[in-house]
Amino acid sequence: MLTELSLSELGERFRRREVTPTEAALAYLDRIDAVDGEVRAFLMVTREQALAQAAASDARFHAGQPRGPLDGVPIALKDLFCTRGIRTTSGSKILERFIPPYDATVVARLGEAGAVVLGKLNMDEFAMGSSTEHSGFFTTRNPWDVDRVPGGSSGGASAAVAAGMAAASLGTDTGGSIRQPAAFCGTVGFKPTYGRVSRYGVIAFASSLDQVGPFGRTVEDVALMLQVIAGADPMDSTAVATPVPDYRAELGRGVDGLRIGIPSEYFIDGMSPEVESAVRAAIATLERLGARTEPVSLPHTEYGLAAYYVIAPAEASSNLARYDGVKYGLRAPGGKDLIEMYAKTRAAGFGDEVKRRIMLGTYALSAGYYDAYYGRALKVRTLVRRDFQEAFERVNLIAAPTTPGVAFKLGEKADPLSMYLNDVLTIPVNLAGLPGISVPAGFTGGGLPIGLQLIGRAFDEATVLRAAHAYERATDWHTRRPKLGPTPGPNLGKIRP
Amino acid sequence: MGELRITLEEVEHVARLARLELRPEDKERMRRELDGILAYIDKLRALDVDGVEPTSHAVPLTNIMRDDEPRPSLPRDEMLANAPDPHGDFFRVPKIIED
Repeated sequence: MLTELSLSELGERFRRREVTPTEAALAYLDRIDAVDGEVRAFLMVTREQALAQAAASDARFHAGQPRGPLDGVPIALKDLFCTRGIRTTSGSKILERFIPPYDATVVARLGEAGAVVLGKLNMDEFAMGSSTEHSGFFTTRNPWDVDRVPGGSSGGASAAVAAGMAAASLGTDTGGSIRQPAAFCGTVGFKPTYGRVSRYGVIAFASSLDQVGPFGRTVEDVALMLQVIAGADPMDSTAVATPVPDYRAELGRGVDGLRIGIPSEYFIDGMSPEVESAVRAAIATLERLGARTEPVSLPHTEYGLAAYYVIAPAEASSNLARYDGVKYGLRAPGGKDLIEMYAKTRAAGFGDEVKRRIMLGTYALSAGYYDAYYGRALKVRTLVRRDFQEAFERVNLIAAPTTPGVAFKLGEKADPLSMYLNDVLTIPVNLAGLPGISVPAGFTGGGLPIGLQLIGRAFDEATVLRAAHAYERATDWHTRRPKLGPTPGPNLGKIRP
Repeated sequence: MGELRITLEEVEHVARLARLELRPEDKERMRRELDGILAYIDKLRALDVDGVEPTSHAVPLTNIMRDDEPRPSLPRDEMLANAPDPHGDFFRVPKIIED
């Protein structure tokens, strides 16, 4: 089935002229029709635009001038990447009718590379959440068990790739929002170094933490996606000019001689025993492949989450001040004056979790509490960052679980704090700005995916990808597919006029 | 109820600062939820951070300078197309100045 091929395999078939991009786009659109009623990953399927992009790609292949490995490949986007002329909601009612007048830089770069965009993917509102249950629209289901969450906030982006509804996708990761859903859905999800990828046109959550990254079904696929989106951007001064290596060329170098640190603080009390044993087995596999592992200590890990829940809401409360019912987005009726209009608009447009974070952030920044909360959290952030700096003086990589547990049931984490605790092993990486990947590393007895997290030095994405690729080559977890929907019939992949 | 870290008056004050209208029945719930999160955040107090420099960004940021050359902006009609209440070339808002 075309929709089960990796992005790179599909691209090879295009180049061998065995399949056309239009055939691939139609196969994916059929797959979406067949299974997205169950999974609910897409907020919008951009069928007409996808077929137009696919036809343009057909013509390039026909003329013998494809643009590169992504040309013609069907992908999808978390709905916080601005897409010119196509509704972009950030999962929020306040942006339900927002049509961006420009493309995010990463969207433009994927377009220039010839990628075909199938649609926009569900997410927790403004990327605040770990399950998509905080979407302003609906909850996405985990393709491995539709009674469970796909993770979040990029839950739609991971579920779509896991369910064969996109060859790859783009998400964002502020505290784990790529790696955690990758672990929960059995996909590869990569958060690059802070500053590696432009955020121009990416709807902001917490600007010192947000980073864009890809999901794929293989490490090679996320390397190909990162290649296209990485690099400096005149429209985002935080996207730095550090040279971008050829990631795919580095993939085959293996892990022989790499030093990998194992942080004891990441094997926490209350962790799922199945997750722990799968991750320990993955570490043993890396050793068998030639990596040298050693214990490292990241002693401030347990404080990372608390620091994050001051810093991220503080930044969010400032970033989300722009939703005022004036220039774009919802305006609620009945405001007698400007201030009342703001307050009514924001009350009507934001969901409960977003309101909680705005309140928390505003409180932490308010007079009398700034030093006790925000100032202290920034200092703790320094301590978390130093932990990593010291560890990376001795090791090339750190290996750990992505999450303490596997995908939880819908509604299971009703208490806000219990939801936040999900991100305890991903958040320190954002605080330190480092690259981190989650790769499939096994399944529970109940058939739910488990993720291995590999963390690298700043701007050393190449080593992270190389080790992840070596691990993937040695295992077959990434080849398993969830069983969904009606049995694939002869309709799939058919060519429509 | 008693010893929560945040009072109802503080919830109302912060909501005003944040320009969020809270329904009366939501205020007490918000207070309890914020208290639960603040209780967790209180663990930061256990750390000695004297003399530690704050980190506002993980990657050192420097000013990026560019030449002061005018470039076209996005078209006005496209920018106004998303406005909830455009009026000619303007964004219309409720009255700001009191009668």
